[in-house]
Amino acid sequence: MSMIHVSTTVNGDEVEFLCDPRETLLDVLRDRLALTGAKEGCGTGDCGACSVTVDDRLVCSCLMLGAEAEGKSIGTIEGMADGEELHPLQEKFIEYAALQCGVCTPGVLVATEALLKKNPDPTETEVRYWLAGNLCRCTGYDKIIRAVLDTAADLRKAS
Amino acid sequence: MAPDGNMTNGFKVVGTRPKRPDGVDKVTGRAKFGADANAPGMLHASIVRSPHAHAKILKIDTSKAESLKGVKAVVTRADFAEGLTGENWNILENVMAGDTALYDGHAVAAVAATTALAARDAAKLIEVRYELLPHVTDVDKAMAADAPVIRSGAADKSVPEGMHPNVVRYHESGHGDVDKGFAEADLVIEESFKTEATHQGYIEPHACLAQLGPDGKGEVWCCTQGHFNVQKVCAALVGTETSQLRVTPSEIGGGFGGKTVVFIEPVALALSRKANRPVKLVMSRSEVFRATGPTASTSMDIKIGMTREGKITAAQGVFRLQGGAFPGAPMEFTAMCAFAPYALENVHQIGYDVMSNRPKQAAYRAPGSPMAAFAVESVIDELCNKLDLDPIEVRLKNASKEGTKASYGPKFERIGLVETLEAARAHPHLTAPLAEGQGRGISCGFWFNHGGETAVSLALSEDGTVAISVGTPDIGGSRASMGQMAAEELGIPYENIRTTVADTATLGYNEISHGSRVTYASGLATIKAARDAVKKLCARAAAKWGIDEEAVVWEDGCAKPSGPNAGEFEPLPLAKIARSMGRTGGPIVGHYEATPEGAGVSFATHIVDAEVDKETGQTKVVRYTVVQDAGKAIHPTYVEGQFQGGAAQGIGWALNEEYIYGEDGRLQNSGFLDYRIPVASDLPMIDTVIVEVPNPGHPYGVRGVGETSICPPLAAIANAVSNAAGVRLTELPMSPPRILKALNDQAHG
Repeated sequence: MSMIHVSTTVNGDEVEFLCDPRETLLDVLRDRLALTGAKEGCGTGDCGACSVTVDDRLVCSCLMLGAEAEGKSIGTIEGMADGEELHPLQEKFIEYAALQCGVCTPGVLVATEALLKKNPDPTETEVRYWLAGNLCRCTGYDKIIRAVLDTAADLRKAS
Repeated sequence: MAPDGNMTNGFKVVGTRPKRPDGVDKVTGRAKFGADANAPGMLHASIVRSPHAHAKILKIDTSKAESLKGVKAVVTRADFAEGLTGENWNILENVMAGDTALYDGHAVAAVAATTALAARDAAKLIEVRYELLPHVTDVDKAMAADAPVIRSGAADKSVPEGMHPNVVRYHESGHGDVDKGFAEADLVIEESFKTEATHQGYIEPHACLAQLGPDGKGEVWCCTQGHFNVQKVCAALVGTETSQLRVTPSEIGGGFGGKTVVFIEPVALALSRKANRPVKLVMSRSEVFRATGPTASTSMDIKIGMTREGKITAAQGVFRLQGGAFPGAPMEFTAMCAFAPYALENVHQIGYDVMSNRPKQAAYRAPGSPMAAFAVESVIDELCNKLDLDPIEVRLKNASKEGTKASYGPKFERIGLVETLEAARAHPHLTAPLAEGQGRGISCGFWFNHGGETAVSLALSEDGTVAISVGTPDIGGSRASMGQMAAEELGIPYENIRTTVADTATLGYNEISHGSRVTYASGLATIKAARDAVKKLCARAAAKWGIDEEAVVWEDGCAKPSGPNAGEFEPLPLAKIARSMGRTGGPIVGHYEATPEGAGVSFATHIVDAEVDKETGQTKVVRYTVVQDAGKAIHPTYVEGQFQGGAAQGIGWALNEEYIYGEDGRLQNSGFLDYRIPVASDLPMIDTVIVEVPNPGHPYGVRGVGETSICPPLAAIANAVSNAAGVRLTELPMSPPRILKALNDQAHG
């Protein structure tokens, strides 16, 4: 099967790749671009471990084809920190132990950053429903929700 | 503190909440999990699985697959070791079917190709001819006289004569005279319960990267709770020598017992040997559900007698566990844990391990105990309701204490059940008002905890920093805890220590990270390794000062002269001794190897409020409080995390999660959409109370905390739901259809 040539932007960098038309965006990110921060937990859009942004919209990269990335701007967990400075959400997740095994963490962080861009002052219920598509099996979500709410409060104070 | 003694207070680092050493890696996407490793020349593999619950494998035709472009190797059972016996045979039979497929999803062949897509295409071209056999997936049906036999001759000698061949192990324990006890009771309640199989539901599917050369030397990278076990089992299954195989554990994306087992690594090794190239094998989510190790499903009968004053006079239980197509369902744990919270004069328990056409069950957080607690604590709740007794007071009246003869035999050492009940009684949750439609439930739970073979090494660097190597994969933040314990002993900052989970070539054998053993056993070994290093540090100082080793003490990170020499020499800090160690005798490494046997059992009491919608049968957990004895919380935040995680998994088990098999014996819900684990919007905050009753078997009093937290939730929620709905729920999960059926049955009594 012939490969498709794709030009796109990932975390602000211009990227070109060849991919099989059946490869998902997640396959491309992980296997062709060596960005393994996004994880495949289900491959069916149920767990959110592969969350990325496409033109600032939160998507499951396992549900999108690599070929569809043509001309888009992709954001992954690898682009969240600013150089050596972690994003406040990243700092707070470590401080609150809002992660145990850490495999869902990249997806949760990408999803949460998208939430706070849209809604800087979410209620606990809004955070819980926004993150309902990001499965975490270790934490019971308690410390994640607290970390998100506290980061949102900090960011509001700082702005 | 004596250098070999126990310590219960005065901690400087233990009990604080430092940041985990793997934190930055995990929030930036840098942490490398099972599927995140690649190797030059690597192939991708795919496994062909049986679509049938029970079938004879007549023929496997691999010719079409082998002629596909990019395909480099195909393996079937013939490519694995022959002549295995005992558990190794069971594992191999599960990893790759022999002449019979025993469950939907059972592996029958595998292929490796240059791309993952080519491997998947090739797997579809492997043609397998089956002859269907009758199947059974329900535990009670599997024990019935007309049940198809999964494998004759699988039963061991414990099984009484006359049982169906699917009953493969039998357990009986207890003491006293239950008939006499029941005669003394004012009320005796007998009830039967069932629980469905659930899955650990770790978010990271099993994944490995394996290489095995024609020289019999190999490398495995995989996500596992126990890489030494992977090494041993893989070596046996592919027929190489254990030490020729080096296994390196990746970061592990959740395990909860489900990654104590070997499934794909031997397959990747066999493919690699055939192709002489590295092979990567990653399970899909559907494969994880169909072909890894869910829990046993159960059928249980409980009978408990109680006086009007709330004293339990006798208790008995029969526990039937279906563990898939192999022996091993943890029915003895179910039986032994069932009545462990209570001091009983008359108690009797029977367990049956039953085979069926399902995947081989694996451990899931306190394997076997949550189901027992569900059944027993439901009956106790019913007794309290009928006798109009307070459920906390009744449990306190009967609670096991230090010196109690446990329901499973031994005498308890110092334990903290009473303290958890008292803390629950004092918690504002217990007296908070309930809204219309809500009910409150409480339950106790018990788990043994475990020690196990352990080796730790602790090496000083010349700049005074310390590298700890442990052999137990970090599944809940244990690298931070190890660093804290070493910092406490050495008297240096936590930040100056880095703990690594080392590969199989670095340390002696370490048992799997299971049984809530890591903070206990690897922690104990870390403390002892640090004390070994301290002894060597003191010896270097003594030599420098020209005094006896015994005349040197270690305080605040420094060697100091003591006794008659006290104050004679300037204290020598660790960094200073380390800087010159090359000239004063060579590298300083502390180490410790042992099988510690002082794991302290642990108890918990949970309180939960649930709201039941009687129209839809939907239940919402509105408030949840976990009270558990941790012995000593090394890193309290991570202890809370274990409490909360166990409670959340228990909520899923109680309300939603179940393996659903069709009449055809196929699993109908092998994805996260239909096997729905709790999501953020399903749960409330989960409050925690850490009780600390020190375990005398650990230098700091640590008990394991990971597993006990899942023991009470099934029962606590069942009690809350039953109290809210006004009808006793006896089957899990309490999904809306089951609750509606119970309400309907009651209405039409």
